[in-house]
Amino acid sequence: MTGKDPRAIIRMQDVTKFFGSFQALKGITTTINEGEFFSLLGPSGCGKTTLLRMIAGFDEPTDGAIYIGDEPMAGIPANQRPTNMVFQSYAIFPHLNVADNVGYGLKRKRMSRAEIAAEVEKSLAMVDLAGYGKRAAHELSGGQRQRVALARALVMRPKVVLLDEPLSALDKKLREQMQVELRQLQQSIGITFILVTHDQEEALIMSDRIAVMFEGQIEQVATPEQLYRHPVSRRVASFIGVMTLLDARATAQPGNTVRVDIPALGTVDLPAARVPEGIDLAKVEKIGVHPEMLTILQDEHETAERVVEAEVASRSYYGDMTYYSVLLPGANAPATISMRNTFGRSVIDPGAKVKVGWGQDSIILFK
Amino acid sequence: MKTGSALSRNWLVFYAVAYMVFLYAPVVLLPLFAFNDATIIAFPLSGATTKWFTVLWETEALHSAVENSLIVALSTSAISTLLGATAARAMARYRFPGKRGIVGFIMLPLVLPEIIVAVSLLVLLMQLDMELSLWTVVGGHVLICVPFSIAILSSAFQGLDSSLEEASFDLGETRWGTFRRIIFPLVLPGVISSMLITFTISLDEFIIAFFLTGTDVTLPVYIWSQLRFPTKLPSVMALGTILLALSVILLILGEWFRQRAAKRQGIEASATGGFM
Repeated sequence: MTGKDPRAIIRMQDVTKFFGSFQALKGITTTINEGEFFSLLGPSGCGKTTLLRMIAGFDEPTDGAIYIGDEPMAGIPANQRPTNMVFQSYAIFPHLNVADNVGYGLKRKRMSRAEIAAEVEKSLAMVDLAGYGKRAAHELSGGQRQRVALARALVMRPKVVLLDEPLSALDKKLREQMQVELRQLQQSIGITFILVTHDQEEALIMSDRIAVMFEGQIEQVATPEQLYRHPVSRRVASFIGVMTLLDARATAQPGNTVRVDIPALGTVDLPAARVPEGIDLAKVEKIGVHPEMLTILQDEHETAERVVEAEVASRSYYGDMTYYSVLLPGANAPATISMRNTFGRSVIDPGAKVKVGWGQDSIILFK
Repeated sequence: MKTGSALSRNWLVFYAVAYMVFLYAPVVLLPLFAFNDATIIAFPLSGATTKWFTVLWETEALHSAVENSLIVALSTSAISTLLGATAARAMARYRFPGKRGIVGFIMLPLVLPEIIVAVSLLVLLMQLDMELSLWTVVGGHVLICVPFSIAILSSAFQGLDSSLEEASFDLGETRWGTFRRIIFPLVLPGVISSMLITFTISLDEFIIAFFLTGTDVTLPVYIWSQLRFPTKLPSVMALGTILLALSVILLILGEWFRQRAAKRQGIEASATGGFM
């Protein structure tokens, strides 16, 4: 129990889980703060859902401890924990109408009918479903079911709301809309949300902090910006956003800087702040470059810190953006460059020779 | 080509009509002769009467047979539905070693000739020195009805999303409360289907009832014993008519209830399974 943080609402200490001989979680230690939107992000099978179910109380850790608001949760079943879950399938009770679904948990509390009805209506209003109480479960659309599931959790006034891939069943447009709404709702009511997702974009849009998980372990916990700009490892980097990997070598320089030699671009010295802690410079083989961190210079007036000659191999046109695949001299694979199609900027055809601008900040060094 | 398909369509219609006649003509004969004013079962009919129904009303032995049958059928449907529900739940929710084998053995009486079941049960009961009674009949009927209950109920339990139970538990409800408020209402149509089917199976089952009953006879056994007396044939027809009307009403009622419940559940409708 090191580093007890007064802001912490959930603390996990060496949480380990075995299913038979398979180790699903390998010692998770992390802290989730009160009022935070925290995401567990990772590929399927990384243990994120297992961890969420343990916080909810559907599963017990094989080893280690989970604390919610300073209380150890060992042996406390799901129905006595201050958490409520929004299930992936929403789990709307099909034989009950919307109001009875939302009021389901309140019926066990000693509350009068009028009190329950008032709480239900308040909760429905919170998710923009005021007046929907009499609707039958099967009359709801996918997005509405999702809102009812959320209202049903919120009405219980939990310390933590757990969301298990809640948007994965929705179509793209609705999903994007719900991401924003869910985030706004969480901020306005100030309850801690924990989201499980495999969608990195969703995690970046919604979260205060993200824990990236691989094979039962947390690889990095960071804000979306930190995570995107400074991924600690290659697998985190390759999971977050699009990234071009380029061959490189790194050597320590006097004054704590690191010299990075990239055959395709050139040589650059990075200050200590840009070098991840505990990196073994001898093992660095690749550096990463995000598509927006390279730029194609189109006229004489445009300048950049550094410039290299290259050739456009192909392009994908997205309307507002164009993604170019560009052959850098001496690189074995093309680099991806994204350009906004602002006025005055034409779309470049494949085969064109271009000048590519880059700089010290374009380069991401990781373990 | 065109004439060929027209020809085969005509044959199909003919076959369908012949099939329906074969299936339902005997059923139509039943009420026909029940209301016929003659002791001999033959055409031409000789005028309408309800006296055979009056005869039924006045036969003491028949009343006790009906009573016995109701006791047996009600007990059978309750017990086999309860057993079927627990087995269906276990099949849908849990994984355990030898599951396939165990399920296979439970379902076996479905295809076993009833006469085999009846004789072996009789031998067993004799060996155990147990006295034959209505309860031995109930035991035999439960054995053959449980597979039907499982078949009907397993679709109901399999259609039940396990996250519904978790959601209920997560919202503070207990295990028992979850059963009462979520599981039971959702499988209720299946339970009613199962009770109706097993009730009907038990009510008209003859072989096991014949072998395993003691001095108290059930309705089918009573009817069989009456067939030896030609003068009683018309009243047996009347009895058959009543049973026919009753089972049609029961089936319609059961199906109406199932559809109503399924409709209320919306999307789960297809998962609850029906018998019609």
